[in-house]
Amino acid sequence: MPPKSFFELMQWGPQGWLDEMTFATGLTLAVAISGFLFGLVFGTIAAMGKLSRRAIPRRLADVYTTVFRGVPDLLVIYLFYFGGSAMVTAIAQKFGAQGFIGLPGFLTGTLAIGIVSGAYQTEVIRGAYLAVPPGEIDAARAFGMSGWRLLRRIIGPQVLRYGLPGMGNIWQLVLKESALVAVVGLSVYFYEVKLGDLVLIYETRFSDLLRQAHVAAGSTRQPFVFYITAVVFYLLLTTASTWAFRRAETWATRGLRQV
Amino acid sequence: MDFTFLYTSFLRLIVGIPLTLQLAFSSIGLGLVLAILLAAMMRSRLLPLAWIADGFVFVFRGTPLLVQVFLIYYGLGQFRPYLDEMGVWWFFRSPYYCALLALLLNTAAYGAEIVRGGLQSVPHGQIEAARAFGMSGFTLYRRIIAPIALRQALPAYGNEIILMIKATSLVSTITLMEVTGLAHKIISETFRAFEVFFVAGAIYLAINFTVTRLIALAEHWIAPDLDQASRPIEVGKLSH
Amino acid sequence: MKFAKLALVASAVLVLGLAATDASAQMRKVKIATEGAYAPWNFVNSQGKLEGFELELGAELCKRAKFDCEFVAQDWDGIIPSLQAKKYDAIMAGMNITPRRLETINFTTAYAAGAHGFMVLKSSPLAKMPGGEYNLTKDLAAAEKAINELKPMLKGKILGVQGSTTNLAWAEKYFKDVAEIREYKTTEQHDLDLAAGRLDATVGAHSAAKATMETATGKDMMIAGPGFSGGMLGLGVAVGLRKEDADLKTAFDDAVKSAIDDGTIKKLSEKWFKVDMTPKS
Repeated sequence: MPPKSFFELMQWGPQGWLDEMTFATGLTLAVAISGFLFGLVFGTIAAMGKLSRRAIPRRLADVYTTVFRGVPDLLVIYLFYFGGSAMVTAIAQKFGAQGFIGLPGFLTGTLAIGIVSGAYQTEVIRGAYLAVPPGEIDAARAFGMSGWRLLRRIIGPQVLRYGLPGMGNIWQLVLKESALVAVVGLSVYFYEVKLGDLVLIYETRFSDLLRQAHVAAGSTRQPFVFYITAVVFYLLLTTASTWAFRRAETWATRGLRQV
Repeated sequence: MDFTFLYTSFLRLIVGIPLTLQLAFSSIGLGLVLAILLAAMMRSRLLPLAWIADGFVFVFRGTPLLVQVFLIYYGLGQFRPYLDEMGVWWFFRSPYYCALLALLLNTAAYGAEIVRGGLQSVPHGQIEAARAFGMSGFTLYRRIIAPIALRQALPAYGNEIILMIKATSLVSTITLMEVTGLAHKIISETFRAFEVFFVAGAIYLAINFTVTRLIALAEHWIAPDLDQASRPIEVGKLSH
Repeated sequence: MKFAKLALVASAVLVLGLAATDASAQMRKVKIATEGAYAPWNFVNSQGKLEGFELELGAELCKRAKFDCEFVAQDWDGIIPSLQAKKYDAIMAGMNITPRRLETINFTTAYAAGAHGFMVLKSSPLAKMPGGEYNLTKDLAAAEKAINELKPMLKGKILGVQGSTTNLAWAEKYFKDVAEIREYKTTEQHDLDLAAGRLDATVGAHSAAKATMETATGKDMMIAGPGFSGGMLGLGVAVGLRKEDADLKTAFDDAVKSAIDDGTIKKLSEKWFKVDMTPKS
């Protein structure tokens, strides 16, 4: 069996790996988006903690950002991968549930990325909130705005505007960090039902981009081809996001005096 | 908590600290040299040089470090006959050198941006004033540009050092047994993810805490007048 | 073509591995985990699908036991904890029965058995290691004598082994003091490094080594030195099950026995391994 050429390996369809690599890019994007959104939740909570007047939330938020910015991301992924189900089971048993609870791989991986990216997002959200001029909030209060309306009309749009560049950087971070889930092999499963007398149900596994490159490299023993393809796909993702965030920034700062 | 287990894990994990530190500091040191070179190329009037440097930074900042590690280790391993002919196989044969290469190229790309930013921050007036005093070339760089650029770049570079210490954990995927690699081994033997994470995490936090302090000292030493307690947090160059 | 098929499947199907479609309501559902990176036992083909000896054998066993089975892929280092966490009900992943694994999980009778040993490049001086067959259970003394004879040849060499395996435990016990042992996540990775010349030898199952030798990268590789089996290397490859699932064990035991008796295992192993891997009782 002679080694296949680059173009033979990179065909679309059952003979080649291009279709698998493309779907894997989609999954990488899905992992990154969910990880980023989880991070937004954790980051917002931690930023509220840091801005709190009380000592305990501040202390807790500090511990959170210090630990998850100071510990390697891969270690966090291992923690979630090996400890995730055990942790959920332990918590559920405290509330009276019985037996084991398995966490789906996708959730474990994106939660791990969310926890880490949330630690970075905390600082961006906090910084953006502090950048809102206090006078504007006072003025809005004087107009009788409060609570939700104040948040939606005055604070929200400005936090978005000030925070967007920082968030763009974190998004790039998350996109690249999502590659780490390849180490533990997070996958989304699709099942294919075989009817007839054969009872077996085959499964098709979608892996993230790097994992897919890994699998293909192992299967074909042509690692260079697949890792270089992964590099190209990642560059497409990061370049497209740079462009998208630039557009978003233009939109968020519309109507603002350009200095 | 099972303190005996924590203690035995600790004893097994500290074996990996020298490798973690060695990789981090050799790649940072060598990476800085390459970063300065790249920054010079980016500012060069010879456009092809600037394009090469820009392309390098674009590729290494736009892709995950883990992919770079795999590409250099497994990807280039496929070309052994050519590397043999070129007389560089001894280098690529070793997972340690491959890891070092990947880490240093990666940090050089991020470092180049930091160095370039530092150089750009030097006020034009200062350079003109120095020129008026008859300084030029090397003296201008040594006396005026370099000190100002260094003061500006150091906080961001400190950030980069911490990120590199964390990034060394990725080399465990190519058989090197540094702290994270050992942690993974202990976890897959005992399945006690929490305890091992606790100990390994504490080791990294201790290293990073020490390094952060040293960087703060260095900042104070080179720019005592710039001590800013509330410097805006640098989130620009976080990612790897 | 593939996309259309996938879209069709996707619509009928559930994402995230939370549930599976109901093919036949009567039969008991059994989820089987495999690694998908251990050719020819189990691997992923270029269509992204699981394939191999254990996939075919698994289908056969399920048919005999009247189970409605489905295969899922799971990384090796998490394969036992995820069984415990009930992500699936059984493991068929080239996993050997060992006393240590028996502390946490249960095994059926073995469905395959084979030797373990070294794979080297044909050009390597290690290619001249003496052959032989040794069983660590039946004659440990003879096996250890053979191991001691190998030690001088392996001095200063680099051995690649997959992590968390019986092969690693064995290599660490006997060769740690003479050779450098590197751990890999999959056997595919150490094969790549053997081909590249980063390793002097890999330690693993002969069956997997033979599969590598069939590929383009493996054409310069060969099995060298003696084959070892039994003892700490395991008592044969079997279906791994949770201890509490005694009914599954009975059903799979019967299925394995009948597949051994009627020659199905011989036929399938000759197809995938080119040799008969039927366990000898």
